[in-house]
Amino acid sequence: MSIEVKNLSFGYCDRLVLDGINFKAEENQLISILGPNGVGKSTLFHCILSLLKGYQGQVLLNGKDTRAMSIKEMAELVAFIPQSHYPSFNFSVFDMVLMGTTVQVSAFSKPGKKQVQLVEAALERLGISYLIDRGYTQISGGERQLVLLARALVQETRILILDEPTANLDYGNQIRVMTQIKSLAKEGYTIMQSTHNPDQTFLFSDIVMAMKDGKIVAYGVPGDIFTEELIRNLYAAEVKIQSLYEDKVRVCIPKCAI
Amino acid sequence: MNQTKKNNLIVLSLGIILIFSIIISFWIGRYPVYTKELLGILFSKIIPIDQFWTDTMETVLFNIRLPRIALACLVGCCLSGAGAAYQGVFQNPMAAPDILGASAGAAFGAALAILNYQSSYMITFSAFFFSLVTVALVYFVSKKAKGSGILGLILSGIMVSSLFSAGTSFIKLVADPNEQLPAITYWLMGSLSGTKNSDVSFVIIPMAIGVIPLLLLRWRMNVLTMGDDEARTMGVNSNQVRIIVIVCSTLITAASVSVSGMIGWVGLVIPHLARKLVGNNYNHLMPTSMLLGAIFLLIVDNVSKNLFSTEIPLGILTAFIGAPFFLYLITRKGDIY
Repeated sequence: MSIEVKNLSFGYCDRLVLDGINFKAEENQLISILGPNGVGKSTLFHCILSLLKGYQGQVLLNGKDTRAMSIKEMAELVAFIPQSHYPSFNFSVFDMVLMGTTVQVSAFSKPGKKQVQLVEAALERLGISYLIDRGYTQISGGERQLVLLARALVQETRILILDEPTANLDYGNQIRVMTQIKSLAKEGYTIMQSTHNPDQTFLFSDIVMAMKDGKIVAYGVPGDIFTEELIRNLYAAEVKIQSLYEDKVRVCIPKCAI
Repeated sequence: MNQTKKNNLIVLSLGIILIFSIIISFWIGRYPVYTKELLGILFSKIIPIDQFWTDTMETVLFNIRLPRIALACLVGCCLSGAGAAYQGVFQNPMAAPDILGASAGAAFGAALAILNYQSSYMITFSAFFFSLVTVALVYFVSKKAKGSGILGLILSGIMVSSLFSAGTSFIKLVADPNEQLPAITYWLMGSLSGTKNSDVSFVIIPMAIGVIPLLLLRWRMNVLTMGDDEARTMGVNSNQVRIIVIVCSTLITAASVSVSGMIGWVGLVIPHLARKLVGNNYNHLMPTSMLLGAIFLLIVDNVSKNLFSTEIPLGILTAFIGAPFFLYLITRKGDIY
């Protein structure tokens, strides 16, 4: 499954948020989007997901224009994982994950045995079976993020889009969530995520896409584009980048702290 | 998974409790009908039994008690079903059936009909008509409002409601203080006294049209509580489902208030009680709310007509019971909202 974005531009009133975005994401790729707040990362996701319609340009999923696709067809191809949140009503983790299977059942019916099995398998796969009967609003932020990931898995799509999956998570949960996401990419998913953590981006991503002022300023494998200039350009922060373990890891250190 | 079995059991038990409450309600009343006669009359409708009761007893049961029992159950079921549905589609636990102005419109319609010396049938019809008109107005105003669709709907609901309330107040001001004003005031308090079989036949069709889709769409309503964007990415056409749910809920709310007047709190408190019993999954929440609403209103109506020598309007009683009970629900230990 591929995501191809061609000449995508989007503006609110007279302010251009996305300005001529072009890229193509392939299977087995985890693409991380880096960029300062308000640069249009979420807007880009909303355009790809057809939640925003008034854009110029094209979004192609597996070569097919999303403008010609129904809500159901979209949901069969792409799953979206929002930032972990508190919904208005407390659902059990089981019900929450089961909602991901909605696209597989007709409008007037509820998910059946097959969907229940999918839910159990997804929880098992992510190692959170013990949460099944807990309330979604009563578990930790990291657990909630994994539950949302499980919900996306049972949707049985091949493309995942994650909006800052590790925001507000503690260090251990960040690693757990990212490890799961990385292993999903290895299994053949096409994954796009937005993130604010440069070190993590280098460690886990196959492709890094850096955005500034609604444009892509760098695109490529982390080893090529992950430089001090890029960080300075994106975040207006002076950093020193250290390479460790034969360049398997690169660490950003703010210069003012050294 | 055990939760599902437990919830099925709860729904089943509520069904049984409702049937018992209905039978007991036939028996309670000022005109004495004894158990033997009651059972005889009821069963004579199913199997042939020689009449050993008076005709008056049969008239009391079928022309006075039956319509009132039926209406109490229907109105309770519809108001709490609509409340639960509105709470879901507006992602707002404080939503009640009158959130889009259905009650304010019905009140205005009823007051207008009473002012023009209309028959009781016309009062019901006018209340129903204005209730639907008000919600339609709210909907079209909200289409013009900027920003979030849900917030726009709620805000225009509040505004249009207060406009119609002002209209009702004006009608009360100009109404004849000897006959019309008490009639309007009594209607506004909400009551099921004087219910006729024709009232039941007036509301039963709109209620059926509204309730069935609400029951069918209950899984989609779960997904809708996640918010529009998330629901869409899970394959639910949120705008379409929301509109269907709003139209159905409005229809049953309008039908209810047009025959019962203002009966507050049922649509807010009963869904919350149902949430405590079976959780937030609409699969069980919707039937539980509807059954609980029917049981609750039937019992309260029995109290309202039998507790004192003069009847207390139902709306006053539901508020007296509803408000403290809601306070108990939200302050109870061990729950997280």
